[in-house]
Amino acid sequence: MTDWLTPEEWQAVWLSVRVSVWATLCSLPFGIAVAYALARKEFWGKQLLNGLVHLPLILPPVVTGYLLLLTFGRKGAVGAVLDQWFGLVFAFRWTGAALAAAVMAFPLMVRAIRLAIEAVDPRLEAAASTLGASRPMVFATVTLPLILPGVLAGTILAFAKAMGEFGATITFVANIPGQTQTLPSAIYSLLQVPGGDAQAARLVWVAIAIAMAALLLSEALSRAVARRISGR
Amino acid sequence: MTVSVTLTHRFAGFALDVDFAAPPGVTALFGRSGSGKTSVVNAVAGLLRPDQGRIVVGAEVLLDTARGLRVPVHKRRIGMVFQDGRLFPHLTVRQNLTYGQWFAPKGADEFDHVVALLGLKALLHRRPGTLSGGEAQRVAIGRALLSRPRLLLMDEPLSALDDARKAEVLPYLERLRDETNIPILLVSHSVAEVARLATTVVALEAGRVVACGPAASILADPETVPVFGVRDAGAVLEGVIAAQHGDGLTEIAVSAGRLFVPRVSGEAGARLRLRIAAQDVILSRTAPVGLSALNILAGTVTAVRRGGHGGAMVQIAAGSDTILARITARSADALALEPGVAVHAIAKSVGVAQADVGRVGPDPVS
Repeated sequence: MTDWLTPEEWQAVWLSVRVSVWATLCSLPFGIAVAYALARKEFWGKQLLNGLVHLPLILPPVVTGYLLLLTFGRKGAVGAVLDQWFGLVFAFRWTGAALAAAVMAFPLMVRAIRLAIEAVDPRLEAAASTLGASRPMVFATVTLPLILPGVLAGTILAFAKAMGEFGATITFVANIPGQTQTLPSAIYSLLQVPGGDAQAARLVWVAIAIAMAALLLSEALSRAVARRISGR
Repeated sequence: MTVSVTLTHRFAGFALDVDFAAPPGVTALFGRSGSGKTSVVNAVAGLLRPDQGRIVVGAEVLLDTARGLRVPVHKRRIGMVFQDGRLFPHLTVRQNLTYGQWFAPKGADEFDHVVALLGLKALLHRRPGTLSGGEAQRVAIGRALLSRPRLLLMDEPLSALDDARKAEVLPYLERLRDETNIPILLVSHSVAEVARLATTVVALEAGRVVACGPAASILADPETVPVFGVRDAGAVLEGVIAAQHGDGLTEIAVSAGRLFVPRVSGEAGARLRLRIAAQDVILSRTAPVGLSALNILAGTVTAVRRGGHGGAMVQIAAGSDTILARITARSADALALEPGVAVHAIAKSVGVAQADVGRVGPDPVS
């Protein structure tokens, strides 16, 4: 069943899935925190944070990739520290691809979750606090269950975006088969080779299938959760 | 347990400046919309931070701005019933009811008792979206009760309900007042509701307390009539069901005699509270004869207050109760009504509206 894709191609597909899963799961707590802060809090620099979060959506991906290289590269301000203290290297590794995917998908995730938080009636949270729930408990028992559809939608959207990330990834971690060659990079490489079209087409189908499955899953999940929290 | 509240707070274009004490029982915060009632309960609950104030419930100081003390909302242990219910949509009725128990100090399990008190047994597995307004409000009351509050705040708990639903929830509020020891602060703009439920009335106008005292005397005071509105003014009498008659009337014994009202359910001996609207009462200097009205109580005029538009409010002491009558100033002059004059107060039996008759005290049967 696996012989309709070459081992190199499978490698690219699995790498993409792994990169996207890590990118999505690791950014989720930050996504919820930033969305909550943007939806509910007033603080100095709120617009600055909002702008920073959305920047990857508007900047050319190659610029985001280059900025990541400058910051998280081996000699970058943050990259050097992480390498020295934690042995964590991003440049030209799959971890770098995950970081690039996470940064590029972050605005989509934050937007979906922020909308969900803004839709929660703060008066329900006030009611919970009069019943004795502290702030973190109110969030865990009232806010979080009510925003779950939005969190799921944001997560799946971010996963799909991470699967398709190309520009920032190739700029930051290049296109090394088995290391940093994700599905889009593999398709790009095949299209550079004469006669690679047929092979690329197979990968294109894989990309379409994964994206479609993610969308269907997210639809089904959010419908199920929405039914549960509708109170009916 | 007494609750004392002193608050000042400036809103844009509105200043709140109140100071009152609420003895045990139901204290009604009465006033028109915009009079500051809801702001007062929000401040007591901790949902509003007043500029200055001191709030004490029993021995517990919840707020003292002079000492910089402010107990956070979730540590106040004040149950709040909101106008709009605010049940958690993602939880079942049972889960809504037990929500506050997670955070309340441990004690005897009152779940079954509260469920029985509010008639919630059949609703436990339902979800909030499937409840009627009256059912949802009863669940909200149960949820607040089960958080073991020191004090229960009710912010117009009936105003979002239609008359039928109101009639469904009111008896539960009466049971709550009579069968629990939790003091209740009730926000209301309905005189009928206040007359039925309140032990104490605090009347607010434009952010200030304009009258404060026991419900029976505040409602029967001609001086406070403008606060409640001339049309809604009326004294509250307490009585006991004397007999249920075959012609659809219930005979009620009050301190000055007998009253007949359209059927009120209850065994003979059940205590009642009923409100007689001042404008449904007429006065006579002599004992009336050949009159269709059934309810005639003899008493003595204790106060006369002449208002605008040629009207006058007359307060009559009848037995240990007080009756308020709204008549024209012309009649007051013609009858030479002044304190000390003996009169007969007459009310048609239908003048006592069903909604104005409420139960007091535990059910004699149970």
